[in-house]
Amino acid sequence: MAQQKKNTKPAVELLQKCPTGIKGLDEITGGGLPQGRPTLVCGGTGCGKTLMAMEFVVRGTMHYDEPGIYMSFEEKSEELVRNFASLGFDLNDLVARKRLVLDYVHIDKSEIEETGAYDLEGLFIRIGYAINSIGAKRVVLDTIETLFSCFADEVILRAELKRLFTFLKNQGVTAIITGEQGERTLTRFGLEEYVADCVIFLNHQVAEQIATRRMRIVKYRGSAHGTNEYPFLIDKEGFSVMPVSSLGLDHAASTERVSTGVERLDTMLGGKGYYRGSSILVTGTAGTGKTSLAAHFVDAACQRGEKCLYFAFEESRNQIIRNMRSIGIDLEQWANKGLLEFRNSRPTLYGLEMHLVTMHKAIETFNPAIVVVDPISNLIAAASATEVKSMLSRLIDFLKMKQITAFCTDLTAVDGGLERTEVGISSLTDTWLLLQVMEESGERNRGLYILKSRGMHHSNQVREFCLSGDGILLQDVYIGTGGVLTGSARIGQEAKDKAEMLARRQEIERKQGEIERKKAVVEAQIAALRSGFEAEKDELERSINREQLRQNILAEEAQTMARTRKADNLLSTGGSAAKGAKTRKRER
Amino acid sequence: MSDEKQHDTTKAFELAIEETGKGFYVLRLYVSGLTPNSQRAIENVRKICTEHLEGRYQLEVIDIYQQPIFAREGQIVAAPTLVKELPPPLRKFIGDMSKTERILLGLDIRTKKQG
Repeated sequence: MAQQKKNTKPAVELLQKCPTGIKGLDEITGGGLPQGRPTLVCGGTGCGKTLMAMEFVVRGTMHYDEPGIYMSFEEKSEELVRNFASLGFDLNDLVARKRLVLDYVHIDKSEIEETGAYDLEGLFIRIGYAINSIGAKRVVLDTIETLFSCFADEVILRAELKRLFTFLKNQGVTAIITGEQGERTLTRFGLEEYVADCVIFLNHQVAEQIATRRMRIVKYRGSAHGTNEYPFLIDKEGFSVMPVSSLGLDHAASTERVSTGVERLDTMLGGKGYYRGSSILVTGTAGTGKTSLAAHFVDAACQRGEKCLYFAFEESRNQIIRNMRSIGIDLEQWANKGLLEFRNSRPTLYGLEMHLVTMHKAIETFNPAIVVVDPISNLIAAASATEVKSMLSRLIDFLKMKQITAFCTDLTAVDGGLERTEVGISSLTDTWLLLQVMEESGERNRGLYILKSRGMHHSNQVREFCLSGDGILLQDVYIGTGGVLTGSARIGQEAKDKAEMLARRQEIERKQGEIERKKAVVEAQIAALRSGFEAEKDELERSINREQLRQNILAEEAQTMARTRKADNLLSTGGSAAKGAKTRKRER
Repeated sequence: MSDEKQHDTTKAFELAIEETGKGFYVLRLYVSGLTPNSQRAIENVRKICTEHLEGRYQLEVIDIYQQPIFAREGQIVAAPTLVKELPPPLRKFIGDMSKTERILLGLDIRTKKQG
């Protein structure tokens, strides 16, 4: 361990590195294996030494134009060709094109008799010849330890091995030497004594019936390197290491926002939704609608034409599609268009690290904008909570670095605390939604809170979360004197409120009607009075007219009379005559 | 070179089949240049052959420095190596051939003489 620490110091001299072309390994080693030096790869049986060595050579010829030599002490060339055909490596073709030399070194102890001093010049010559024949830059010796079981004289052998590594260095080739793991030492015959520049240890552990492959760089002279145990994967594409924990906290932060797929939820999150590249956690007990929320998010993303990768640890692809159709979301169309991909697996299928590696690979190949993990809590079945936490933090870091929005759901236990997440990853997430069941008056209703949402204004209100045939509906809960009401209680209360309001409105209308009526009555009275007055006024005016007429007639009569009596003063007598006439009339 | 050798081998094999009953030996000695070990080995093998296999052996000395392809074809790892191709079984002796007793035993010469 102490030695390992010493080696993590920054390099003093700049070391040339030889890229292996193996996914992830070059990142851990900061560029590859030490150029022109031998590297020891050791580990137990079946841990992938041969595969790693062969990939180093084959990828070297294919990607870096460095021809290679594979000296096998255990497997025959034909066997190697057959074994690696399954990985898509056509070794025969490489051999024919003089890019690769496969040399099977056959040593049989029963055939050999030692009769005095000897050296391993034969092997040297074979290696040297092979290097010269194709101009090789890479050499693999797999595994040179076989020599120890064939030659009795270990003193000669060790001296020769030392010479061999010096010889390889002098040839300027980058070499991988494999070694079987010993009981207390890295290799059974102490090869690490000779190959001191770079030692990589492969391990295949089984814990609780789940096997995980891991690798560790034990030492790397003259270079900084990751010191952790890194999980690696062997699949149909070969060897891949995941350098997850070497990632730092320096990912970019996007200000772009992505819709949640639920309009009201967007509103709650400052009107725009989540940040792109952030991590979203939805926690809730069983049946609170976590998957539905995820489906909405996915649906919205696919409508924008973004790619989504859905890791499901509980349900199968078809089950999710069927279930989401019931809330009016057709995920199948997106799956058919290639925008949505499901990766369904049981958490116990393989170890946690393996899950992480497969997820990494899937993300690398599919290159999605959004990743859904549903649910993360199920992964606990595969390992302990602390391991799950470390794995998820690495996954989220990785996704953040790639600016992929992560949407994780987490199933909380019914008896668990409100804000307790099973795996305690809440501190890693940027936006945390809590779906909660509210039990009241004989029914369960869902409520949605935003517990936190970093870097944006968000609502502190609880919303009722309803699932309908058209998807998720968020509704205001009833907040009144009786507390928070949801579901039918809310609907009942709302109806009551509505009735009350209606009654009030009717009362107002009634009173307004009364005013109108009273006004009409008063106006009618005014009209009646006025018409009475008009009638009287008419009558009076008519009688005035009549009197005037009569007076005129009397005056005329008086004049006429005067004229007949030939009176003198027409004017004065006229007046008295009229007067007289008037009095006469009164007397009558 | 390779063809010629193959031809040689076939011829030697045919010859050997004929001669098996008579205990005919086909031996090949691979050396790496003229190192002290190589010289000693050549000397020792020649001596054993003339002493014990007079008239019924064929010995070929190959310098793998000059003909490295033979090192691969003959599956040679150590040098010097003496290969007893015939009679079967195939046996390999490595070293400077100083341990005469071991070689005689390995070549089935000693037992045959005793028997």
